[in-house]
Amino acid sequence: MISERNIDIEIRLLIEAIYLKYSYDFRDYSGASMKRRVQHAVRQLECRTVSALQERVLHDPGMFMQLLQYLTIPVSEMFRDPDHFLALRREVVPLLRTWPSIKIWIAGCSTGEEVYSMAILLREEGLLDRTIIYATDINPNSLDKAKQGIYSLQSIHDYAENYRKAGGRRDFTEYYTSAYGNAIMDSTLRENVTFADHSLATDSVFSETQLVSCRNVLIYFNKELQDRAFGLFHESLCHRGFLVLGSKESVDFSAYGERFEPLVRPERIYRKS
Amino acid sequence: MIGVRAIVIGGSAGGVAALFKVLGGLPADFAIPILCVLHLPEHRDSHLAEVLERKLLRPVREARDKERIAPGMIYVAGPGYHLSVEGDYSLSLSQEEPLHFSRPAIDYLFQSAADAYGPDLLGVLLTGANEDGAKGLAYIQQCGGRTVVQDPRDAQVALMPEAALALHQPDHLLSLSGIGQLLATLETSAC
Repeated sequence: MISERNIDIEIRLLIEAIYLKYSYDFRDYSGASMKRRVQHAVRQLECRTVSALQERVLHDPGMFMQLLQYLTIPVSEMFRDPDHFLALRREVVPLLRTWPSIKIWIAGCSTGEEVYSMAILLREEGLLDRTIIYATDINPNSLDKAKQGIYSLQSIHDYAENYRKAGGRRDFTEYYTSAYGNAIMDSTLRENVTFADHSLATDSVFSETQLVSCRNVLIYFNKELQDRAFGLFHESLCHRGFLVLGSKESVDFSAYGERFEPLVRPERIYRKS
Repeated sequence: MIGVRAIVIGGSAGGVAALFKVLGGLPADFAIPILCVLHLPEHRDSHLAEVLERKLLRPVREARDKERIAPGMIYVAGPGYHLSVEGDYSLSLSQEEPLHFSRPAIDYLFQSAADAYGPDLLGVLLTGANEDGAKGLAYIQQCGGRTVVQDPRDAQVALMPEAALALHQPDHLLSLSGIGQLLATLETSAC
């Protein structure tokens, strides 16, 4: 048990060191998953202990960037949970259409799969030209990948299946060109996308929006940090704006439960009350 | 046996039928919370919680993120997300890569529950065709908790219990009915 207590201390110290040195705030992330990711990083970066990793991270910003790749979870896919996107198309788009110009915030966009999914959906609904999408994440490497929009052909085949189930109207191959085993997304999809570094833990609201999409990000936060994020979304959203979450996320148990009403509850689509 | 504050159970191939047997004979007032990970197909909705609830006639729920673990409840992990226990005895979900080809992974539930409950945890590993759970069960013992492995001769698929036996000596090696009887004798300790 003593060695266990040590590792908990070490992880807290590492997270504190990262915050003091690099201003990345993981202090209110859920503990169990964070512990696994730190332990995974310790093995991959060939450190003997978490403390040894902390020393390297403190003295070498390059090492911190490497660690950041392990601490963030770049697990994503296009049209993940197809029913969710089908509900967006059927229930949200008709209402979204009533605004003359639309701003959408995709918070925690990771490597961009959610961004391209949203852009494709909006283009097919004739809304992309009058929409601005803000795609934000804390991981600059993920943002770079999102901007490039290059994905393996193998994963694209899975996405094509999701797209079809999500009510896609075209042939998915129209949205990318293949080269060297990769798919390069149609760059016009991101003409109205602004990619930006933004932290739900430390930054504030930057724009009024009609829709906020934040999927499979909040599960990594504790309740306090979840409430902070909900607060930002609530502040950013215009009157009757939409909040869409991941399939296991909900405002129900948060401090903001009363301030959003479900529009399509099983698909985690909410509307500001 | 006293002091068990939570039970974690893992299984794979044959796990649903095994779970029915193990949990079917619990007394009506059994109060120790039970957390289960069975390997499930990633992209399909699971009705495991509803099926179990109907069959066992006790409250069973698919685990929800940030939910507090309540006495008398049985929680099952849904497909596509790992299930963990946090230090404040709440549940959390995550989407790290699958482990042993599975998400949810038994090891992650067992390890995080051992961190949270230490010696007050009982871990049970059932039938399965996969090595998931073996490390987690050994870790439960390392943290002072008790471990139970289904006797491989009694298991529909022996690989999972055998992998656990290769890593540690469990406190109990039992058939499904033996595990059911053991659980029924557990008393909740005052938290």
